[in-house]
Amino acid sequence: MALTDIIGPVMVGPSSSHTAGAAKLGNITRRLWGREIKEVDIYLRGSFAATYWGHGTDKALIGGLMGWYPDDSRIRDAFTLADISGMKYKFYEELIDGSHPNSVRFVVKSKERNMEIVGASIGGGSIKIQEIDSFPVEIDGELPALIIFHKDKPGVVSSITTELFRMNLNIAEMNLKRKARGQDAMMVIEMDSKLDQSTLDNLKGFSHNYTRMFFLPPAREEY
Amino acid sequence: MRSFKKISEYMEKNSLNLFESIMNMEALDLDCSTKEVFDSMSKRLDDMRMSMVEASRKIWTPKIVCNDSVKMKKYRAEKNTLSGDFINRASEIALSIATFNASMGRIVAAPTAGSCGILPGLLFSWEEHRGSQSKDMTEGLIVAAAVGQIIASRATLAGAEGGCQAECGAAVAMGSAALVWMECRKADQCFQAAAICLKSIMGLVCDPVAGLVEVPCIKRNGSLVALAVLSADMAMAGIQSIIPPDEVVDAMYKVGKSLPLSLRETGRGGIAASRTGIFIAAELKKNIPTLESNILNH
Repeated sequence: MALTDIIGPVMVGPSSSHTAGAAKLGNITRRLWGREIKEVDIYLRGSFAATYWGHGTDKALIGGLMGWYPDDSRIRDAFTLADISGMKYKFYEELIDGSHPNSVRFVVKSKERNMEIVGASIGGGSIKIQEIDSFPVEIDGELPALIIFHKDKPGVVSSITTELFRMNLNIAEMNLKRKARGQDAMMVIEMDSKLDQSTLDNLKGFSHNYTRMFFLPPAREEY
Repeated sequence: MRSFKKISEYMEKNSLNLFESIMNMEALDLDCSTKEVFDSMSKRLDDMRMSMVEASRKIWTPKIVCNDSVKMKKYRAEKNTLSGDFINRASEIALSIATFNASMGRIVAAPTAGSCGILPGLLFSWEEHRGSQSKDMTEGLIVAAAVGQIIASRATLAGAEGGCQAECGAAVAMGSAALVWMECRKADQCFQAAAICLKSIMGLVCDPVAGLVEVPCIKRNGSLVALAVLSADMAMAGIQSIIPPDEVVDAMYKVGKSLPLSLRETGRGGIAASRTGIFIAAELKKNIPTLESNILNH
């Protein structure tokens, strides 16, 4: 651990796992969605459901969904500020076997489509995104990532990695999952550098097997 | 694994003092300059100061406790205190910041949110007491962080794993070492101060009422600052821990591991399981809005 991990993080209290971690989960969901969140359902699981009120987990989640980081003092007033901004939200308790003790499922909604994200607060303010639209993933949101939904066909991976190589972009970590042979699949490519919109648009044109592609921008420095 | 011994060896080998050695070791680890290390910690000190200022700006009201720092302030101003201005002021700051944390205030976890009052209490009271500069305090904070790094690496800083000795206990050991450094810049006495603290607090359980970071956490912040001050004085008087500091940390880890689950942040033992603790938890539960349930079968 670095010295700044020992004296830190700078955060809104009271709890690193239930407040800071919750804000981070909301924030990464906002970054995955890629624009302002207008409507969201929030399903609290495990101890998040049991102790959310005492630790301000609900406010921290809303603050994160508003795009704030765990050290943002506005988290205390997150409900009021979310109401003013017009974000609609609803909390539920979700009973499910085998989920992480501190976890949450977001369903972000818009007219065009919904996005479902499951994440857990794994201690000391660290988090992990575990599912995106029912695909299992493992993203901590530290690095920028390229997320691609595609068909399970030969050559899809190489089409993208070749292009990244051509642009001299290094892949830090890569994860590939499919629902069934020849069916829907998903790739998460964590990168060492940011992608700009034109690069992303360029990549999208490369294979007709991509059904959806988006970019998770990196967190603000330190978070 | 980090250790007091390794830092001592590094100091000897490179003819550097404790502070310089910590900076060099950290810069090597992170592949950055010592200036960057210093600046990042100086920024942390600024954030701590901001939490102290914000915390005293108004009377914050968490869910269970009231703001006791106000009482300490009045008492110190009006009475001839037993433990003196330095400790009383440190306690007041620690209470104030810990209360602020429980009220969703912006704090610096040092090393954790539950123990966030202790270090700023000691550092800023010392600053007022000695009239010193923030450069000295950044040095102190860096020494404190290095002690925390050793505890994190050989033991744990999580109450759920090691009990309160790992949170408030670690904060006290860190703060005591910082005080010694700022007072006399003697490395071995910093280490001795940390060891004396950890031995005195060994086995302290994590038993929050209703699982909230309030009872007994806030008052522990306010009272344990005294242990840091006195241990620093003992070390500077030349008192040595018979057991080497590294071994004390190892012992603390084993003690933490052998604590039953009920005494490790579950809110089911110790003060949390007292009759009044259980009553408070039940009363609070009545305030919690019920959420609509969604049952998923996988």
